[in-house]
Amino acid sequence: MSKFLSKQDLEEYRKKIINSRDPNKIIIALCGDTGCQAYGANKIADAFRKEIKAKNLQDRVELKITGCHGFCERGPLIVIYPKKIFYQKVSEKDVSEIISESVVNDNVIERLLYVHPETKEPIVKEDEVPFYNRQQKIISGMNSVIDPTNIDDYIAIGGYSALEKALFDMDPDSIIEEVKKANLRGRGGGGFPTGVKWESCKNAPGDIHYVICNADEGDPGAYMDRSLLEGNPHSVLEGMMIGAYAIGSSEGYVYVRNEYPLAVENVNIAIKQAREYGLLGENILGTDFSFDIKVTRGGGAFVCGESTALMASIEGLWGEPRAKHIHTVVSGLYNKPTNLNNVETWANVPLIINKGADWYSKIGTENSKGTKIFSLVGKVNNTGLVEVPMGITLREIIFDIGGGIPNGKKFKAVQTGGPSGGCIPEEYLDTPVDFDRLTELGSMMGSGGMIVMDESTCMVDVARYFLNFLKDESCGKCTTCREGIKRMYEILTDITEGRGKEGDIELLEELGWVVANASLCGLGQTAPNPVLSTIRYFRDEYEAHIKEKRCPAKVCKALIRYEIDQEKCTGCGRCRINCPVEAISGEKKKPHIIDQEKCIKCGICHEVCKFDAVNII
Amino acid sequence: MKSANLMQSTLYEGEDMVTITIDGKKIEAKEGEMLLPVALDNGFDIPHLCYHEALSPYGACRLCLVEVKKGNRTKLTTSCNYPVMEGIEVITDSENIRRARKMVVELLLARSPNVPIIKKLAERYGVTSTRFKIENEDCILCGLCERVCREVVGVSAITFMGRGDKREVGPPFKIEPEVCIGCGACVYICPTDCIKLEEKNDERTIVRWNRTLRMRRCKICGEKFAPWFQLEYFSKLTNIPKDFFEVCPNCRK
Repeated sequence: MSKFLSKQDLEEYRKKIINSRDPNKIIIALCGDTGCQAYGANKIADAFRKEIKAKNLQDRVELKITGCHGFCERGPLIVIYPKKIFYQKVSEKDVSEIISESVVNDNVIERLLYVHPETKEPIVKEDEVPFYNRQQKIISGMNSVIDPTNIDDYIAIGGYSALEKALFDMDPDSIIEEVKKANLRGRGGGGFPTGVKWESCKNAPGDIHYVICNADEGDPGAYMDRSLLEGNPHSVLEGMMIGAYAIGSSEGYVYVRNEYPLAVENVNIAIKQAREYGLLGENILGTDFSFDIKVTRGGGAFVCGESTALMASIEGLWGEPRAKHIHTVVSGLYNKPTNLNNVETWANVPLIINKGADWYSKIGTENSKGTKIFSLVGKVNNTGLVEVPMGITLREIIFDIGGGIPNGKKFKAVQTGGPSGGCIPEEYLDTPVDFDRLTELGSMMGSGGMIVMDESTCMVDVARYFLNFLKDESCGKCTTCREGIKRMYEILTDITEGRGKEGDIELLEELGWVVANASLCGLGQTAPNPVLSTIRYFRDEYEAHIKEKRCPAKVCKALIRYEIDQEKCTGCGRCRINCPVEAISGEKKKPHIIDQEKCIKCGICHEVCKFDAVNII
Repeated sequence: MKSANLMQSTLYEGEDMVTITIDGKKIEAKEGEMLLPVALDNGFDIPHLCYHEALSPYGACRLCLVEVKKGNRTKLTTSCNYPVMEGIEVITDSENIRRARKMVVELLLARSPNVPIIKKLAERYGVTSTRFKIENEDCILCGLCERVCREVVGVSAITFMGRGDKREVGPPFKIEPEVCIGCGACVYICPTDCIKLEEKNDERTIVRWNRTLRMRRCKICGEKFAPWFQLEYFSKLTNIPKDFFEVCPNCRK
């Protein structure tokens, strides 16, 4: 491959790829992302390769291992193009049938189709599945179409045309103007206007300017950025290139956590390919613009997602934040002006440049434009990655796309914004999702984690869980964050273990205010959110724990006990056999009893009882 | 290349003088100078534990909180790492400041209830007891020892380890730090006096770091005055011939 030396080189190459591809060729797009790999996607891929070879179908069908399709709950996922047949929960043993029925013949295998939960009708096409048809996948949509390890796939769908446009039809100022006009706001959580950030960085004095892609996604249960880097790394690189050109930077970094091996691998492959094609390096497409990107792997500290800690980490120092009275756009990495954006923010850039700010800003609400990718997890039927326009309500995301709460249980709260986000109760489900509204509710957009909780969730226990995470993940530098989070965690532990006392709620509020207002970085400043938001919306639950020593959700072990209903118990012995500590006794066919002294409250008896005879009291 | 974190103190200190107000009093200061030393020099009383004039600011203890009004925005911020800018209005005492400072003191008192400097602060801020579980740490993690060793002595014999509530200071891998010259700067600077230096026979031990060094005796008076290793380090560092360090500072005069 020789390097592109001009705009024409790239355009001609794109034409050549498109012309060489048969539009009628059947493509089996198998999700090869981390989630589906865990379900066995690699074995399925091998089986397809063997089957295609054995049946000598190489000319008629192509297997494409793609990035995340989004509907992780139903993995491994397959889409067969051009008809867009959507198969879910595919296994190795389905492979030969898929080839014979849906490739050689033109049949659909009904067993592998998604069944509409209400109408019970099987759905053939991907875009007719309710999980997908309410989404607007302008950023993540290409994940299920392209092979992320093949730059040609990206170029074929118009990839790097935004870079072309930026380099040849625009100048740095007009690029920044366009991004400002589109009102793109940082997707990492802060929601700071991206164009304004770029402009400040561009105007900051100094010869060297850096751009950084923050891929240190550390929120438990969140994997938006991971999926983008794994599934469409070139879109992120293209965004960085355009940003670098606008800002006047010739050196960029992708800071990605080492726990994301596939993301590290795919972004490295993408950078290597972009270099080979002359899209990174000296004089890109024959212009004066030179730019290259290095990958730095993070060691897994949550706090390294904070911009100044991240920069310190790249420099080889402790991942510790510093005060930002002098902004990083003026003095960041190695004291040079540095523009840091999150993965998803960068991936928005090529779209804005290609389609224009007017098109882009039609999506979303007045102050939050575009779409947002959320990882919808927890007590929800359709867990997965969803991309929705800003302004969609929480109810639409959780019930229409997410399919509601499993096992007929009742919705209780949704936690947005990662571990330091807040819990939003049912009465606010119709709130449009955007940066400002979530903040008003005591939560935040964060980078897009969304954890759904049902009635069996104890909100005090949830707050305790998140504070435990933050206690370990605080860098420990400042007193309020290190000591304050630890103390909030201790108080919450006391409350959940039956040692709560009068005044604990007020002390949590008092301490929460100080930690939020007196801590050095964003981690400490937002750490009290899970506590303060659960107190705000579920104060009665705190009070029940403290005053009545009762856990309304029946979660906190110290406040519950298991008892066998003597009327319902048939004496089948299932609970007795399964009890790990031999706390249950009783004769066959006679009601059993639990020795409360021995019981460790593991709940196994409750789970295994077929007669609903074990009560939690 | 010097790093952002290490050089923050001196980065933006220009020659330009700016005017700021502290508690209503107009004060001239060098642009970019840190607010805490400016306030201290002008007689304002702001408590602090992790700040030292010889070291870069760190912002860890959160005691030197003040309120800074810049434009229309007022925010609570630490003064030790806040660079002075034209026109800022600083308040060193307000309800919010007292509320936060008092809590910081209460948190430190729970961590280190037997440390004299913390007890004194608690008294000053009317914190008679703490509502949190009592611990008995002698180190408050202010980081002065680590910074003096790295920035002034230049040997980085100790470092921070762990994160969150497991953070501590000590020599890497908690083994005797071979680069430690036994100068005792950490001992001198520690506000809680938790780093002890002991001298027995011809040896000096920095107890907390488990570092023991042989002392040199003065060629003239015969008194031991510094570890051999430290004098060698100084000789190398300053390019001053070794024989200069054969005599103790008293006899050198």
